Amino acid sequence: MVNLIWVFLSAVGILVAAFNGRMQEVNEAVFQSLETGVEIAIQLLGILMFWLGMMKIAEKSGLIEKVSDVFTPFVTRIFPDIPKDHKVTGYIVSNMTANIFGLGNAATPLGIKAMKELQTLSGDKERATRPMITLLALNTSSLTLIPTTVIAIRMKYDSTDPTSIIPATIMATAISTIAALLIDRWLNYRKSVDSL
Amino acid sequence: MSSWIIPLVLLIILLTALKRGVPAFEVFAEGSKEGLQITLSLLPFLLGMMVAIGIFRASGAVELLLYILEPVFHLVGIPGEILPLALVRPISGTAALAVTTDLIGTHGPDSFIGTLASVMQGSTDTTLYILTVYFGAIQIKKYGNALKVGLLADFVGIIASIAVVTLLLN
Repeated sequence: MVNLIWVFLSAVGILVAAFNGRMQEVNEAVFQSLETGVEIAIQLLGILMFWLGMMKIAEKSGLIEKVSDVFTPFVTRIFPDIPKDHKVTGYIVSNMTANIFGLGNAATPLGIKAMKELQTLSGDKERATRPMITLLALNTSSLTLIPTTVIAIRMKYDSTDPTSIIPATIMATAISTIAALLIDRWLNYRKSVDSL
Repeated sequence: MSSWIIPLVLLIILLTALKRGVPAFEVFAEGSKEGLQITLSLLPFLLGMMVAIGIFRASGAVELLLYILEPVFHLVGIPGEILPLALVRPISGTAALAVTTDLIGTHGPDSFIGTLASVMQGSTDTTLYILTVYFGAIQIKKYGNALKVGLLADFVGIIASIAVVTLLLN
C-alpha cells in the first residue's frame, strides 16, 4: 500500500507538472525536500537520542514497570493482544500521556519505543501487528488537549479569544480517536471473519 | 505551567535512578545509542517520503484535486475554503500549518472558517508522516490496515470538526 502511495504521489506529481508547466518547481522541490527531510531527521536524532536515553534510565529504575502496573487494566481494553504487565504498556501509556499534554517531541520517541517492544512480541518482524496499528491510529488521530501551535497562530492574528477553540478541538479529537479505534476493530473483525 | 512538565519528569526519572542505585549516565548513553540507530534506519523512509510529497505539492496536483473534488464536497455541505486543509492535513504537516495560518489570516481567527481551520489543525495529525516515522523506525514493510485506519480516522476527524464547529458557533 505504501509503495503504491509513494509511487502515486511522485508519478502523478511529475505528470501533472508536465501538463501544468511546473517542471521547474518540481525540480526545485526534489532538492528542497531532501534538505527538509535531513533537517527533520536531525531534529528527530536529538529528540530520539535524548528521550530514549532518559527512558532507558526510567526502565532500569523500575518507573516504566510502575506505570505499566497502574494502567494495565485500561490499556488491555484498547490493546487486547498485549500480554498483561508487559513493559510495552508503560511505553504506550507514556506515549499517550505525552500526546495528551501536547508534548509532541517526547511523544514520538515513546511511540517508537512502544513499537519496538511490540515488534519483540511478534513473529513476523516485517509485518504490522494489530496492536501496532491500534497505537498508530491513536497517534494519527491526535489526542492533544491543548493545541498550542494553533493558539499561537490565533494570538498572532489578534483573536478576541484565542483559546475558545479548545472545547471544540477536544470534542473533534475525541470523535476521531473513538472512530479510529472503532475502524481498527471493525477492519480486524472483518479480516477474522474472512479467514474463517 | 506546561513548561514545568518535562523538567519535572526528568527530575523524577533522575531521582528514582539515584534511589535505586542505577548508573544513570551509563544507562542514558546506552539508551541514547538506540536512538541513534533508530534515526539512521528511519532516515531512508523519511527522505523518500519527503521527496514524493514535495513533488506532489509543487506540481499543482493538489489544486487539480481540489478542482475535481470541490463540487462533491459542496454537495455534502463542506465549505470550499476548508478543502485544501482537509486534503493536505494527512499528507504534510508543514503544508497544513501554512494553509491553516493563511485561512486564519484571510478570514480572521474568530470567523467560521478561521475557527474551523483551527479545530481541524488541532484535532488531527499528519498520518503519512507518523506512519513513515513509526514504521520506518522498526523496519515494518507490510503495513496491513494501518494506512486505511489512519486515513479513515482523518476523514471522520474532518467531518467531526465541521459538525462540532457548526454546532458551537450557531
